[in-house]
Amino acid sequence: MSVLVIAEHDNASIKKATLNTVTAAGKIGGDIHILVAGKDCDGAAQTAAKVAGVSKVLVADAPQYNHELAENIAPLVAKLAAGYSHVLAPATTMCKNFMPRVAALLDVAQISEIIAVESADTFVRPIYAGNVLVTAKSSDPIKVITVRGTSFDAAPAEGGSAAVEAVDPTPEAGLSSYVSQELTKSERPELTAARIVVSGGRALGSYEEFHKQLEPLADKLGAAIGATRAAVDAGYAPNDYQVGQTGKVVAPELYIGIGLSGAIQHLAGMKDSKVIVAINKDEEAPIFQVSDYGLVADLFTAVPELTKAI
Amino acid sequence: MKLLVAVKRVVDYNVNVRSKSDGTGPDIANAKMSMNPFDEVAIEEAVRLKEAGKATEIVAVSMGLKACEETIRTAMAMGADRGILVETDAQLQPLAVAKVLKALVAKEQPQAVLLGKQAIDDDCNQTGQMLAALLGWAQGTFLSKLEVGDGKAIVIREVDGGLETDEIKLPAVLTVDLRLNEPRFVKLPNIMKAKKKPLEVIKPADLGVDVDPRLAYSNFRDPPKRQAGIKVKTVAELVEKLKNEAKVI
Repeated sequence: MSVLVIAEHDNASIKKATLNTVTAAGKIGGDIHILVAGKDCDGAAQTAAKVAGVSKVLVADAPQYNHELAENIAPLVAKLAAGYSHVLAPATTMCKNFMPRVAALLDVAQISEIIAVESADTFVRPIYAGNVLVTAKSSDPIKVITVRGTSFDAAPAEGGSAAVEAVDPTPEAGLSSYVSQELTKSERPELTAARIVVSGGRALGSYEEFHKQLEPLADKLGAAIGATRAAVDAGYAPNDYQVGQTGKVVAPELYIGIGLSGAIQHLAGMKDSKVIVAINKDEEAPIFQVSDYGLVADLFTAVPELTKAI
Repeated sequence: MKLLVAVKRVVDYNVNVRSKSDGTGPDIANAKMSMNPFDEVAIEEAVRLKEAGKATEIVAVSMGLKACEETIRTAMAMGADRGILVETDAQLQPLAVAKVLKALVAKEQPQAVLLGKQAIDDDCNQTGQMLAALLGWAQGTFLSKLEVGDGKAIVIREVDGGLETDEIKLPAVLTVDLRLNEPRFVKLPNIMKAKKKPLEVIKPADLGVDVDPRLAYSNFRDPPKRQAGIKVKTVAELVEKLKNEAKVI
């Protein structure tokens, strides 16, 4: 038995989600290899080689793997998968884009966003926005799996000394090309990795108030900023702030929900947070049913006061 | 160009689903059913392409029980021209759905297949990508903007860091995110009109597709329930609790 972990990386280094996935791989058992596919990705390969528990790093360094286009990456992963019992990748938008394509090329099912490993062929995953958990047993010869990062600790980034081996690239598929990216620039911690998340909902009322209220608090706490779908749809915050069933899943030590009601779809993305604080003027808001500390108050007075007090 | 749009009948997004006490499945026997919200966005986008003169025909497809006809009728009331129901009582998993769609693509020869990026019941987020692989087509996933050109499309995709723009060749599979558009309300005259639009019913076996599930699901259960905590009266009390009780700041 051996597990191939697909690295999420930016060519210079691997991202934390990769480390959570290595931990999930360790629970399956067997050798763990990491694939780094990219362009000029030696830096990422070197960081992957240091991850504790990893015995080999495969590097596919070619122009067609730049920006991880699914049409180019999937045939590579499918080709390499023949030598493994499991292929795991973090459940990031990058990997969610190409992993089902890999599974279909292999004619196997994909098991999406596992939150626990019960055995080498049996896994637990959430369905219905996390309102139901289910055990999934796979009868396929190769298990293709995406891993929810918040459900597994990060493997130590140092301590390993894996061999780094180049693999032959698959050809450019000629179906798609990258044009550009518009990334949200922020000095704050990355949302899915932050220790504290300050999140805002529709009650913030405008783009200006969303930023005016939440940013000073987030800056003081060293927190990331999240948002509900309603707040993103209303244009208060960019799409990558969205926490929930179809956005990001976070599980920080402290989650502060401000002016958000706590719709099922939002709870799906944050209810595993260690401590949840809710500030909302509607005392019937469902968010209070999952919060450890609830403050029924007008956010426009409570938030500045909170920012001042900490 | 001709468009194929896949629509799934799911438990309505407002329903708070729980598992059955014997663990054999979700408890949804009497739940309100609706079109998967992501698929509604897909239909809306297809209708807008037709209204803009870029699409000529829209075929709405659903799979599952006879009741999925309702979902197809809704799609037709929104503007799809005709429907296909692949009727089966089998439990359909994404790979099987992708294989059925591939067979329908061979039959219908569309230039693009549109579908939601995920269904809100199984939360898989797989079918579109799998279909693209089976067809050897390009894929545009998690779309928040679509511009269809001559033999190609420019797609803006919602990714973890923000937005990514790609150019993809047509034919392609397009999976849509919620911010691509706002689906229209269906008007009563259009519901009446939709009843007269053609709806073909076929079986997976007619298409020669094996839809056997690859994953066995068991032990459906509710996640550990989070207990509601306390209400604090003031900001000062909140800060005190966070510092001294929870010790998180």
